[in-house]
Amino acid sequence: MLNQYKVNHGFDEMADAQAAVRPHYQKFHRLFGELTVPEFQAKRTAVDNAFLRQGVTFNVYGDAAGAEKIFPFDLLPRIIPAKEWEFLERGLTQRITALNLFLHDIYHEQKILKDGVIPEFYVLSAKHFRREFVNFNVPKDIYIHICGTDLIRDKDGNYLVLEDNGRCPSGVSYVLENRRAMKRAFPQMFEGIGVRPVENYPQELLKSLKYIAPAGVADPTVVVLTPGAYNSAYFEHTYLARQMGIEIVEGRDLFVKDSRVFMRTTKGPQPVHVIYRRIDDDFIDPTVFRRDSMLGVPGLIHAYRAGNVSLANSIGTGIADDKVMYYFVPRMIKYYLDQEPILGNVPTYLASEEADKKYIIENLEKLVVKAANESGGYGMLMGPKASKAEIEKFRELVIAEPRNYIAQPMINLSQHPTCCDDVFEGRHIDLRPFILSGERVSIIPGGLTRVALRKGSLVVNSSQGGGSKDTWVLYGDE
Amino acid sequence: MLSRVANSLYWMSRYIERAENIARIVDVNLQLLLDMRSLDEKQLIAYWKPIVIATGDEEAFFKAHPHATGAAVTEFLVFDKENPNSLIQSICQARENARMVRDQITLELWEELNRLYLFVRSPQAREVWRRSATEFFQEVKSSSLHIIGIINATLIHNEGWWFVQAGQFLERADKTTRILDVRHESLPERGLPQSISPDEALGWSAVLRSCSAWDAYKSINSADVHPRRVAEFLLLSDHFPRSVRFCVNELNRALRRISGVAEGRFSNDAEKLTGRFLAELQFSSIEEIFDVGLHKYLDDAQLKLINIGDALFRAYIFQSFDNPDEFHMVQQEEQQQQLKSLIIHR
Repeated sequence: MLNQYKVNHGFDEMADAQAAVRPHYQKFHRLFGELTVPEFQAKRTAVDNAFLRQGVTFNVYGDAAGAEKIFPFDLLPRIIPAKEWEFLERGLTQRITALNLFLHDIYHEQKILKDGVIPEFYVLSAKHFRREFVNFNVPKDIYIHICGTDLIRDKDGNYLVLEDNGRCPSGVSYVLENRRAMKRAFPQMFEGIGVRPVENYPQELLKSLKYIAPAGVADPTVVVLTPGAYNSAYFEHTYLARQMGIEIVEGRDLFVKDSRVFMRTTKGPQPVHVIYRRIDDDFIDPTVFRRDSMLGVPGLIHAYRAGNVSLANSIGTGIADDKVMYYFVPRMIKYYLDQEPILGNVPTYLASEEADKKYIIENLEKLVVKAANESGGYGMLMGPKASKAEIEKFRELVIAEPRNYIAQPMINLSQHPTCCDDVFEGRHIDLRPFILSGERVSIIPGGLTRVALRKGSLVVNSSQGGGSKDTWVLYGDE
Repeated sequence: MLSRVANSLYWMSRYIERAENIARIVDVNLQLLLDMRSLDEKQLIAYWKPIVIATGDEEAFFKAHPHATGAAVTEFLVFDKENPNSLIQSICQARENARMVRDQITLELWEELNRLYLFVRSPQAREVWRRSATEFFQEVKSSSLHIIGIINATLIHNEGWWFVQAGQFLERADKTTRILDVRHESLPERGLPQSISPDEALGWSAVLRSCSAWDAYKSINSADVHPRRVAEFLLLSDHFPRSVRFCVNELNRALRRISGVAEGRFSNDAEKLTGRFLAELQFSSIEEIFDVGLHKYLDDAQLKLINIGDALFRAYIFQSFDNPDEFHMVQQEEQQQQLKSLIIHR
């Protein structure tokens, strides 16, 4: 079936420039070639039905019925050879180490600002910089415990970091569920090809969470804090809680007394020591942050400051997600680790630098412009695909609030064979590995490969027509 | 387990039971009406009023529907979205509670409850009802029984399951007392009626049918319908699964499985009140109940069940031990301190 696959342009994951199958795809290509079309169709239907029945779904905001949708899943796996993964692992570990050092620094001595490596203005003006937490010590000095860095590949196949998601990155439940589905559909392939397992993620996550338990608590109670059943990632929250064997709680299940956090159970109050919170800073405690928040726990921050409860991720990591800070990550790596960055950034222009601003305004139709503090594909301009009116709108926005915008050249993401209406065509993909910082940094081999299912589209977000693939990291290189 | 989860399971179960009872009572009484000579408006009101009282809010009904026709009663008790106790609203509430604990219940349960929810809200539901009201009610009843079967056969019988049981039997006991009370106007205030007319006999058999008790009653008492026997059966039967005694016994069992406290003792008000009520039902005769007056007895029983529900809520769901206001103030003070020190620091 894959024999008719054509590489149109750009970097293809499976086929090289001469249309030959790359070494690490060859075993898969051969085994897949043995499938007949009806066999493949049967597997596809079985997998779709399994996802629907198990409720592997996400909610779409703005849908009045609160309808749950399946995240479309493509059966062709993205394959990464061992040496490439080893490189990614080194790069991601370096990056998360630098980010954690950076967060510790700006919430303490602010050396990097005093030494002029990053202009002070950018940090102090950041929307998610929590000045109230300056000089507050977080357990084990870890700020980002769970990170979901987005990686893309350019036209030459170089891996680049697109963004660091250091707040509440989601998607890991799909990594685990996609793998289960693939194992059921293609058991013999896993034997023949040698794919590294991802199943121990929940245990690793629980280990990282227990590692930051408040001092003196030998057997900490860990919970997942969710905004509730209406949140788009609710499935993932319950999934992770179930896999870790811990309670999933909402804000109203918790209360604070004498600076300690308890959950309301049928057996009375039970102390809680570590909270894996899937609620943003702004909503977590109405007495400190947004007063109108119904999702949070009044007094939680008070308990957190008293050191009686630990939060993952820590308060204030949102600044690392600021797209202006992203620009400075290579400098952070150099400053804190005295190393060259292993993984590069996408070239970035800061609208608040005069020269850059001039360039951005004059070249809007060539650039991708992003708001510094938005995610999920919102607040973004894709210059080459935008209408005149959209471009004009962004020109005004950039001039009015330069601190809030950055611009990047349009990167033609790598593409991957994807099943589109019974034929296989190239579709653009990215990769979100999940990085855990606990006693050591651990990364599950693989991650969420998102695919833009619309032809030519570069937007992989699930809310905007994206799907996903299983990601296979091989034991070997072919 | 989390109090919120227990609460949702408990209410999911109560609302399913409530919907099924509404379906039975409206269905039976619509049919009974077919057997009666045409009634004038006053008689119609007399006929439907106790049923409206048994299942909902009398005042709201007569405000919205001055003419107590079968159609108006059905509209109010079944389809009215403004009536929080209507059949449709009960199913919505059951489904909403299930959705809140979707991860704690089985796929089978969710699918069936969701199917029922989608059915009653669909335009087809109205069509089915217009074609044959009985068919519509049959759909609701059989779905409810299906759900109870799924709960027993697919849910783990853990603490949460016992909360489901508690909700189901508390609601059922309450509804049985209300259905039994529907014909109280035909009874003397105290004591037993001397004789009953054939029409009244029909009314009492409708009471039995509204509790799915007709077959069970006949097998014990033959087809001889008398209020004394009907009341005895629906209140004191040890084996009929909708009698008040049976329900309170099951409720008692559920509460004890939740707390682990042995028979003859109690650890909270819910257990105390339930045990007391159960003992009373076990050691009462129907003559004594009619001596008090059936209507008064049922009124008291409903109050007892309400108190048990409140006590259950206080024991397991809402424990008042926090004082958010105090914290709020300490918190704000602290934040301001922090801000000040920061300004000095910089």
